Amino acid sequence: MAATLNPSDAKVGSQVGRSVPRLEGRDKVTGRAEYTHVMRLPGMVYAKLFRSTVAHGKIKSIDTSAAKKVPGVLHVVTVDDVMKVLKSPYYGPAFHDQPILAHEKVRFVGEPVAAVIATDPHIAEQAVQLITAEYEEMPAVFDEVEALTSDVFVHEQLKPAHTFADLKHLKDAKNTNVALSYNLRRGDFDKAFAAAEHQFEHEFKTQKVLHLSFEPFACICDFKDTHVTFYDSSQGPSFVRTEIARLLGWPENKVRIKVPYLGSGYGSKLYIKLEALALALAMIARKPVKVAHTFEEMFYQITRHPSTFRIKSGVDKNGKIVARKCEVYWNGGAYADIGPRVTQKSGLTAAGPYDIDNVWIDSHALYTNVTPSGALRGFGVPQLVWAYEGHTDMMARALKMDPVEFRRKNLAIEGRAHATGQILQDHPIEKVMDKVLERMEWSKPFDRGGNSHIKRGRGFAIANKAVISPTTSVAIVNVSADGSATLYCGTVDMGQGSDTAMAQMVAEVLNIPTEDVRVTPRDTDVTPYDMGTLGSRSLFHMGHAVRRAAEDARDKLKALAKEVGEPEGSNIPIAELFQKRYGMQAGNVIGSGIYKPDYTSPAPGTGQSPNVTPFWMLAGSGAEVEVDTETGHVKITKLITVVDCGKAINPKSVETQISGAALMHLGFTMFEKMHIDGGQVTNASLADYKIPGFHDLPTKLESLYVEHDQSNGPFGAKGVGEVATFCVGPALANAIDDACGVRIMEMPLNAETVYRALRAKMGKPLEDA
Amino acid sequence: MTAARTITFTLNGAPVTADVKPHHNLIEMLQGEFGLTGARESCGQGLCGCCSVVVNGRAVSGCLYLAQFVDGADVVTVESLDTREKLSPVQQAFIEASAFQCGYCTPGFIMMVTQLLDENPDPSDEEIKHYLTGNLCRCATYPEVIDAVKLAANKRKAVATA
Repeated sequence: MAATLNPSDAKVGSQVGRSVPRLEGRDKVTGRAEYTHVMRLPGMVYAKLFRSTVAHGKIKSIDTSAAKKVPGVLHVVTVDDVMKVLKSPYYGPAFHDQPILAHEKVRFVGEPVAAVIATDPHIAEQAVQLITAEYEEMPAVFDEVEALTSDVFVHEQLKPAHTFADLKHLKDAKNTNVALSYNLRRGDFDKAFAAAEHQFEHEFKTQKVLHLSFEPFACICDFKDTHVTFYDSSQGPSFVRTEIARLLGWPENKVRIKVPYLGSGYGSKLYIKLEALALALAMIARKPVKVAHTFEEMFYQITRHPSTFRIKSGVDKNGKIVARKCEVYWNGGAYADIGPRVTQKSGLTAAGPYDIDNVWIDSHALYTNVTPSGALRGFGVPQLVWAYEGHTDMMARALKMDPVEFRRKNLAIEGRAHATGQILQDHPIEKVMDKVLERMEWSKPFDRGGNSHIKRGRGFAIANKAVISPTTSVAIVNVSADGSATLYCGTVDMGQGSDTAMAQMVAEVLNIPTEDVRVTPRDTDVTPYDMGTLGSRSLFHMGHAVRRAAEDARDKLKALAKEVGEPEGSNIPIAELFQKRYGMQAGNVIGSGIYKPDYTSPAPGTGQSPNVTPFWMLAGSGAEVEVDTETGHVKITKLITVVDCGKAINPKSVETQISGAALMHLGFTMFEKMHIDGGQVTNASLADYKIPGFHDLPTKLESLYVEHDQSNGPFGAKGVGEVATFCVGPALANAIDDACGVRIMEMPLNAETVYRALRAKMGKPLEDA
Repeated sequence: MTAARTITFTLNGAPVTADVKPHHNLIEMLQGEFGLTGARESCGQGLCGCCSVVVNGRAVSGCLYLAQFVDGADVVTVESLDTREKLSPVQQAFIEASAFQCGYCTPGFIMMVTQLLDENPDPSDEEIKHYLTGNLCRCATYPEVIDAVKLAANKRKAVATA
């Protein structure tokens, strides 16, 4: 179908809202899609890492002599070698605290201490086994609450990057493990809490879990003396480019990041991971170097934050929550990564989707001696919701109030102020909750399972999240002389379907079929800036940029028509337009678009801002369970998740994001846990760290959305990558409590945890294992 | 490192030879010697199914299968299923049912679903789940995979009766 300049109105609205099959589908089902982990370059050599066996210690010596003698080994590299090519070997998005290889000290078990570069990965692996190191072990701190007051300090002094203004005051700070304390104060918590009819206080915890993308981390660096190219499994090529340019002291235009499809990321492949190391090694080897993790090594790269959340609420005699205090401790691990942003950007929503006049939030990012923590599908919000929605149910139970009515009495509805002071807009939380309750058939009688040892129960939870702000996206739409269109955008398609959704927006504006839009693979030499594929920001921010770029191209085509003498409203085929102007199939029309939302920084100390986020994500989950009280085993018979997506650009993709996120979170809730003993991860393999499979599917799974037009969103849309993760955990814990009267305060909710709780309730607790 | 040995086998219907070392697994050989990257090593323990390859008519975990063991064998990978003109019914069904997200595990699923439908042309939900237990998807696209298997079963029946 030939693209024309002013097609009939009938076609308007035909691309957005259509379940277009994934544009990259054929490449993926035929096994031909490109991923960095399986890529090879001519002349490429391989690096493998020697890692720390102690959690905290000074490096006394590293003996690489035997490794160097292995035939095929080209270099054995320590930080001293790195510092010969890169003066300062430290990197990171919030703090420049992470050394490319351990420098003087090690701070967690698994930290890279030395690297072997060899012609063959097996040779490199074998040589790594011959490296030895001696450490002077130091006391370590593992727990986030202990880290606040411990006299063990993970870092000698703090090194904030220049990126974030609210970290500047931490420059050169000593004798602390706090990488950021975020505070919000609204009203007078102390006074309102003291005066409240009912007072509640609970402490919730979450465990250490991780992303486990099936394509493990991988990066190939091809360093030339005048420019450098990376082939990178990254969610944020623009950030990688900036950070590599900084390390080299080069302008950005000499640094090229190419990103093929990702064997997903879920937040793990953000900011900078293997790239600085790959750079140093390629500079030393003077050949392309590939650093590709094994599955086990992912346990030493990045995880989700474990957390402790102490929550207090004061409730008046009518069941209205009048005061809430949230103290949240985030276990950030040995290097800050993006932890301080998780601490702040999630911290501001710690009080939940409730209308509370007096709120106090303290959210602390803490260094500890374990694998670093960062973003994982929700940016901290699932840990918060786990606490506040458990707390909500426990209060309703204690007050003998219906959990629906208790929430309804306290919901933060549109037009009311959020704890930050921002007036809530496009925040239809009651709509989301009602949909969950409707699908749960909440108002109908519920079968509790009679007198058998199988007890049935149900529960639900609701939540909101503020998209991180302010962030920028840029897009380019290139219309070629045959009328076909190409989109250049930095959003990385790691499975969420962004290429297809972005192409739909271009197609909608230009009135062409989505299938005719080509989305270029990410390549910073041609793809313009994007802050990163993270935090459900892409569809909104990049969506705006893409729409603007397409509109710009359309306007330029119209100007071109005028220039060649076409009458107003002409429906000339685009190809003819170029032919007329350039005398042959030649030329391009380039449209560009940029988007950055308005934003007001939260006031220091109080966290107040009239404009802290451009949109809210809203979710609700409902669960029905059967608890076997003889074994503690929990069977999930129903799991319903509802989100507000604004407008579904691609309905099928939205549904898949909801069910995928909910099921991933079912794993985090029910069984996933990194076991750490004295700083050592003891289950770093898929055999020992179970993730959801077919047999973990709930008997009934529903993944639904409501469409409440996002008034400032592109085509009324907003992102949905994370939102379905928020409520699964507390909905299940609330359902288990409903079934058998035990309240689990720390995930995971596996059979052992539930059985121990049942025994404790009977007054016959089991001994610790 | 030990010397390589030359082996001869059938790869996607064509006779081939390859020089492989004793420690090379099937995936390394397929990627290194033949540029076939559809089967991928992920967990390295034969638990995730990303590396599924069919050897002598049975799916194996390529990450645990030493390359030299396919000497004389018939090896089939995901790359054999499509032609320029046409995808296999299972591949087509995966696209129509949106049964993948990141796509890393997808070739493994496609191979196992193809084998499932060869053995059982009309599987129930429970049979599908049971047969595919050894295939994991971290994006958790499980409901869509079940839809795709049923869709593929119908497509294959339509082809058979045509």
